[in-house]
Amino acid sequence: MNMELKQPLRAAKSKYAIVDCDIHPRATIEDLRPYLSNHWQHYVQTYGMRSRHGFAKGYPYPKPTPLASRRDSWPPTGGPPMSDFNFAREQYLDFYGISCGIMNPLTPSGQGDQNSELSAALTFAVNEWQVEDWVRRDPRLKASVVVPYEDAQASVKEIERRAGDKNFAHVLLLSRTSEALGHRRYWPIYKAAVEAGLPIGVHVFGYSGWAMTGTGWPSFYLEEGIENAATSQTLVASLVMEGVFEEFRELKVVLIETGFGWVPSLGWRLDKHWNRMRDEVPHLKRPPSEYIREHFWVSTQPMEETEKPDQLIDVMKWIGFDRLLFASDYPHWDFDDPFLALPPALSEVQRRAIYGDNARAVYGLA
Amino acid sequence: MTTNGLHSIDCDVHPTVPDIKALFPYLDEMWRESIETRGILSLESNAYPPNAPITARPEWRGPKGQAATSPAEIGRQVFDRWQASLAICNCLYGVQLVLNEDMARAFTRALNDWIAREWLDRDPRLRASIVVPMQNVDMAVEEIERCAPDRRFVQILVLAMQEAPLGRRQYWPIYAAAERHKLPLGIHAGSSYRHPVTGIGWPTYYVEDYAAQSQGFQTQLASLVSEGVFAKFPGLKAVLIESGVTWLPGFLWRFSKYWRGLRFEAPWVDRPPEEIVRDHVRLTLQPFDAPDAPDLVERAVEHLRCDDMLLYSSDFPHWQFDGDDVVPAGIPAGLRRKILVENPIATYARLKAEAPEEGAR
Amino acid sequence: MKKHVVAPVGEIPPGGRKLVTLDGRAVVVFNVAGEFFALNNRCPHRGGSLAQGHLTGLVEASAPGEYCYSRRGEIIRCPWHAWEFDLRTGRSWCDPQRLRARQYPVSVEPGAKLVEGTYKAETFPVTVENDYVVIEA
Repeated sequence: MNMELKQPLRAAKSKYAIVDCDIHPRATIEDLRPYLSNHWQHYVQTYGMRSRHGFAKGYPYPKPTPLASRRDSWPPTGGPPMSDFNFAREQYLDFYGISCGIMNPLTPSGQGDQNSELSAALTFAVNEWQVEDWVRRDPRLKASVVVPYEDAQASVKEIERRAGDKNFAHVLLLSRTSEALGHRRYWPIYKAAVEAGLPIGVHVFGYSGWAMTGTGWPSFYLEEGIENAATSQTLVASLVMEGVFEEFRELKVVLIETGFGWVPSLGWRLDKHWNRMRDEVPHLKRPPSEYIREHFWVSTQPMEETEKPDQLIDVMKWIGFDRLLFASDYPHWDFDDPFLALPPALSEVQRRAIYGDNARAVYGLA
Repeated sequence: MTTNGLHSIDCDVHPTVPDIKALFPYLDEMWRESIETRGILSLESNAYPPNAPITARPEWRGPKGQAATSPAEIGRQVFDRWQASLAICNCLYGVQLVLNEDMARAFTRALNDWIAREWLDRDPRLRASIVVPMQNVDMAVEEIERCAPDRRFVQILVLAMQEAPLGRRQYWPIYAAAERHKLPLGIHAGSSYRHPVTGIGWPTYYVEDYAAQSQGFQTQLASLVSEGVFAKFPGLKAVLIESGVTWLPGFLWRFSKYWRGLRFEAPWVDRPPEEIVRDHVRLTLQPFDAPDAPDLVERAVEHLRCDDMLLYSSDFPHWQFDGDDVVPAGIPAGLRRKILVENPIATYARLKAEAPEEGAR
Repeated sequence: MKKHVVAPVGEIPPGGRKLVTLDGRAVVVFNVAGEFFALNNRCPHRGGSLAQGHLTGLVEASAPGEYCYSRRGEIIRCPWHAWEFDLRTGRSWCDPQRLRARQYPVSVEPGAKLVEGTYKAETFPVTVENDYVVIEA
């Protein structure tokens, strides 16, 4: 292809002081080697990373683009999207004038591996790599504490290791865990997060080990994309109804890439049925929607594309303009461009809140 | 006020099987004996624990704690008190949970016969859904063919959570039969428990199981549309029964958004999903997931952007509301006649065939 | 509307594309088996650069499960959200009535004609021996 694309360099920071709550740096196994023992290097080389599905390479539902990424995000130096720090900085952080980007590394993070000891080794390595290869090179970046969530004790150890380290913004979990996140087996993670002063970020995907839905396996990636919203409803209901927020009053949960169009109706549904069946869950002292309002934030990406603009404003109002956190999902294919994603009807105050003020409050950023 | 001489059509009431022995007259001797010899006590489902509040309002429960075990009870509440003209019986006795296909067929046949003899025969205002043995597709088609000649059966009934998503081609002979007989596909809240009720395992509390049903409907609707069921069976309608309703707009926004980029994956979906759903899918009214806030209810209904979609239902005897507020405050007055009569008549071809013409009285 | 000379035809071989700027507008021109088509580079959905999109064919289905693949190389998928645009018409496949990438008329003119005329050559001198791709925008 003989083509040139010159991007005007926008080095100036955006006037909105944008905090992007969801960007995805990608490590290669070479990148992680320095932080893995010989045993685990050998293991990964020989047996591989194995999520709870059958594909040695790839996913049950093939992505629509290679590595689910924007086609223009592959660095010219080679390597996968957002593996090259300089290219990502130029194409994304500098181009949009981002003030702060919170990194949520996905594959190959090791989260949810069938071998939970491997998960523990890989998540440790990914956390080291985030700091060494990314955060240390750019003060705009924050890391996640990636944890081997199916092993709560190992996760606690990893959180305690990073507690107090300002390079880390939140503890990262995935949405499709082997039991819904409200179950008590995960509570030590919440305890450690609260003690470390860290919110929990729950990003979609992962493989629970069950069929993807309560009615079995769909056929298409299209359905998986839709199902991420349904699964998120389940996990929010679980966190609320199991009483996680009665036990951990300061716990904050940021839902990432779940979409948000479903949030109001879930609150209404839970309230209605809790009201009828309070005696089953006497540990809940308040309606579910109140716990949702107080303990959850939700990222804006993928931005809802409603049929009429006022519908989107309705939903944002019902959730609360203070609960929405801008995210781009760079470098993935369903990326939201910071300058185009937010609806024009928002006021300056609302815009500023969603772009950065809300996130600064949740994460305690300057 | 009536429309077509009808006050309202209640599209979701639940006859309750009082005891497994109630089905004996409709079971072969071998199955009757099997039940007794093996101590099969009941096919009540965990989807509605018998004593759970949602299963029945306290004042409707009889001396044994059950509600709606006779047509007279539906008569008193649904017809006399709430003034419905017709009601569609959706029996949720757990025959769809049974794993042995032959046993499932026997029980399902018996259930449909019990409904016909002891409900439809006893009150001419009652109609019913054909409960379908999803365990075996050939048997399901047979059962539809067997019951369809009785025109008081106006729909086929499946549960919201099955072994596979409902759009999957293995189920298509069932939809072919339904379309042939102009019977809508009724999908009712509840699970056959082939999987945990969520893709992330078994919830701890019953209230979570019930709340998760709306997610099951989202999965099923995504499947039916994505797999092209309505492309293949253009005459088929689906009715989502007891789904909660207000999850639908958010679901459609997300579905259409992703479809625009992923059209190539299911290219037979040749127009926006929200259009397909508005043409082919209807939802019963109760429960309507919204607070007691008329302005908000009105706004939620506006978000549906389709006047044809809602079908009046009480969900009797499930305890979804107090008093006689079957229609939530805030439902626009201008939509009432549509919800109460016109939409049900338009959805159920067999009701439409028997309805007197407007103004004919 | 002005005519802009954007490249000698040899610079954009069949299957190729070139991104040019015409009076500040980014326009991408494609060669589809010898025919040229030009679209506004900015995807009408959320602004992705179509020049970096994936050229593909059209997947249709007369019925579920019956895929029909045709028109290889005539559909551009936006590199971001994968919306499909027909190079021949600029129309999107998901909403052909309402959404399209803006198209510009393209022609191939002999150099001799351009040297004598008043066309604006964008990036290089025009010689009479070659043919040139000309966009009206």
